[in-house]
Amino acid sequence: MTSPLDQKLRIDGLVVITANRLRDGAVIYRTAGGGWTTDLAGALVLDAVAPVKAELAQAAGEGTLAVGAYAAPVVHDANGRLVPGNLREIIRSSGPTFDLRRVPAET
Amino acid sequence: MYVYDEFDQTLLNERVAEFSDQIKRRLSGELSEEEFRPLRLMNGTYLQLHAYMLRISIPYGTLSSKKLRMLAHIARRYDRGYGHFTTRQNLQFHWIKLEDLPNAMADLASAGLHGIQTSGNCVRNISTDQWAGVARDEIADPRIYAEILRQHLTLHPEFSFLPRKFKIGITGAAHDRAAVKMHDIGLWLRRGPNGELGFEVAVGGGLGRTPYLAETIRGFCPSRDLLGYVEAILRVYNRYGRRDNIWKARIKILVHDLGVAKFRDEVEAEFEASKDYAPVLDERLVAEITRRFHYPNFENVEDNPPELQAAFHDARFRTWYFNAVAPHRVPGHAIVTISLKPVGLTPGDCTADQMEALADFADQYGYGEIRNGHEQNLCLPSVRQRDLPALWRKLDAVGLALSNVNLITDIIACPGLDYCSLANARAIPVAMEISKRFADPDLQRNIGRLHINISGCINACGHHHIGHIGILGVEKQGQEFYQITLGGKADENAKLGTLIGPSVPFDKVADVIEDVVAAYIELRERPEEIFIDTVRRVGIQPFKERVYAVR
Amino acid sequence: MRFVKDGRAAEDPYRRVADDASLPDGVPVLLTGERFLADAAALASRAAPVGVIWPNNREIEELAPHLAHLAAIALAFPTFRDGRAYSQARLLRERYHYRGELRATGQVLRDQFLFMLRAGFTAFEIAKDGDADHFADAVHRYTRFYQPSADRRPVIAAVRQPPTPQRKSA
Ligand code: HEM
Ligand code: SF4
Repeated sequence: MTSPLDQKLRIDGLVVITANRLRDGAVIYRTAGGGWTTDLAGALVLDAVAPVKAELAQAAGEGTLAVGAYAAPVVHDANGRLVPGNLREIIRSSGPTFDLRRVPAET
Repeated sequence: MYVYDEFDQTLLNERVAEFSDQIKRRLSGELSEEEFRPLRLMNGTYLQLHAYMLRISIPYGTLSSKKLRMLAHIARRYDRGYGHFTTRQNLQFHWIKLEDLPNAMADLASAGLHGIQTSGNCVRNISTDQWAGVARDEIADPRIYAEILRQHLTLHPEFSFLPRKFKIGITGAAHDRAAVKMHDIGLWLRRGPNGELGFEVAVGGGLGRTPYLAETIRGFCPSRDLLGYVEAILRVYNRYGRRDNIWKARIKILVHDLGVAKFRDEVEAEFEASKDYAPVLDERLVAEITRRFHYPNFENVEDNPPELQAAFHDARFRTWYFNAVAPHRVPGHAIVTISLKPVGLTPGDCTADQMEALADFADQYGYGEIRNGHEQNLCLPSVRQRDLPALWRKLDAVGLALSNVNLITDIIACPGLDYCSLANARAIPVAMEISKRFADPDLQRNIGRLHINISGCINACGHHHIGHIGILGVEKQGQEFYQITLGGKADENAKLGTLIGPSVPFDKVADVIEDVVAAYIELRERPEEIFIDTVRRVGIQPFKERVYAVR
Repeated sequence: MRFVKDGRAAEDPYRRVADDASLPDGVPVLLTGERFLADAAALASRAAPVGVIWPNNREIEELAPHLAHLAAIALAFPTFRDGRAYSQARLLRERYHYRGELRATGQVLRDQFLFMLRAGFTAFEIAKDGDADHFADAVHRYTRFYQPSADRRPVIAAVRQPPTPQRKSA
């Protein structure tokens, strides 16, 4: 997937503002109060270009909390829960798609 | 191995202090991300999908047991208990925290380890043959020259802000185990007309979006002129390489745009013009660096000792021996490759426990030395043959006595979309699935030598162009698709693979590989004809038909 | 913008003069490459110092015949990632033995001072004021270097030579 940082801003659906936390790289989402959370459920959901631009500009001005903020797609699942809208974002929010268990395989 | 003295150590400590200060300034907001990014990159620190990644340089793939233990310590203390060995003799930690880096870097430096110039538009870690110094087919140890170049190009006042990254590969052996032609500068040690040492010099190799193999511009450059000649190449590149387009900034594009003959003329003219003052690699300097390379004090032992012969009764040992053990230049010794490709796990990953175990084995049986090579495997370069059975049992106990070296499950794969922010598609799960399909050891041996390389995007970190089978992740309408190439080769007869047809979706890749392999089994003239030779003989058409007939 | 010359904060004595403006009497001037080359013969006899602002994309070799009459050469860092001026600087110092002021202009930032100094720069138009206060720390961050360079600081290979007998007995 083309890195979202390179994409032109086009919003067709629900998005959240996401970034990596400067101090440890953790994935974070913008909240309604202008803060950040690691929990997608707490994210501010947007659906239009203007507010997205405003949030991104705001985030860019803060400088020391978040790195590389951009708008990422989200959808509501069957239970109405907010979930990431594509594979890249799923991996960002829940980690690699395989078991990170490092025990040696049986030989 | 090269032993750091107080000067090397001072420089490392000063580097840690500098980087720690830069991190502090970034965290306080004094530095913007735009300013900080190139600084962290020059210390091997990337920001990936869900964490920072720290790349540690393993110069010429040589590690002491002490360094390996330090890597284990970092994995446990600051990461998630494992590290990832890459194709360019580096090790990556994928879960490091920026705020921990000053401490982690200081710990690393205490063992002589660092991330200097493992990223950024500077001269990167210089890669060599992982069998350097112990291989039978070598005219001189390339690590001496790799170290000389490393020192000369560390914090270089002219070449630290090149148009793009710059990679040098060097080998002293007849058989190329270092993928030398894939480098911006490729160097082969050669003997001149009077038996003096020197180098054949090639430029402009690189994979990525526009893959090229390096082409020779100087058949023989005496070792005395090595630094001056490399500086001439770098200067021509620094002055004229493109800076307007990141995709056209590698030296390979400049070489290609000018034509290799014109590029060579430019370099020769530059070299000539700087002859009076260019750095000279005099014999004293070579001797000084050579002196700092401590070679093991090899025991005087015989080939084929009784302990080894007795162990051959065990079929599993025999299988491992014939797969993973190679001849050594010194009698009674052997080179042991340790595959980091267990079926169903991530190629190149190594746990902290495994690192520590290996460090112990190296001390016990291998003169304290460990290597890593571009296949993402490790190696104990010097093991006494009589210790092989004992070593094998211990390796087996920690899951490291694998017998799949150079076989179809010895897959090279980049981190892909599971970690990498540039990825189009996943690479590791593809490797896992293929290795599961071919898990049966007899099947793998029947198929024979076959290299699969997987990259998650066109940057080609998994070297897919030069895999016998190459797999490249692309994106189509938000879905993961994969292009398959056949016929690539990494060695002295390096070749780029040919695309066999339309890309296939994620869940079909392993099926396609099974088809390709089935076609090979039918097409090969005899079992000894390896995959790549069959492809060369029959072309890709029969494979293409087989794969796409059913799809 | 702050100015550092030979390691010390200083007033910049040079005035940049546009191509169509007349030269102020008795004042050191910085001229564009075009103007300098066009008037090189006449400028050679000017009493006050003359400097030139030289772009990255023009061959530094063109300046070679005029170096004796140049008191300053200003090279450009359009971004701090663009390293062409390092090659220009080294060529001027090493190949053409230029001894006048070499000035870094553009994105001249703290973390690059050391590279610039070692490539042969002696004057710095420092982009951020705060960085100027750290000039001394930044260029003394490292005490040993592997490669010889224009600033003539000790290189590791030289200090590594085995100690002489006298020193041993001392
Ligand atoms: C996960 C973080 C990584 C990132 C962000 C990354 C990024 C890149 C980029 C952008 C390039 C292309 C640069 C260019 O052609 O100018 C590249 C090339 C390369 N990477 Fe990585 N890489 C990563 C991991 C790795 C790993 C794990 C390996 C080894 C398995 C690796 C080995 C290489 C090699 C060998 C090339 C050179 C290919 C060529 O010759 O063009 N990289 N990488
Ligand atoms: S090839 Fe692409 S996906 Fe793979 S590690 Fe390199 S940049 Fe990332």
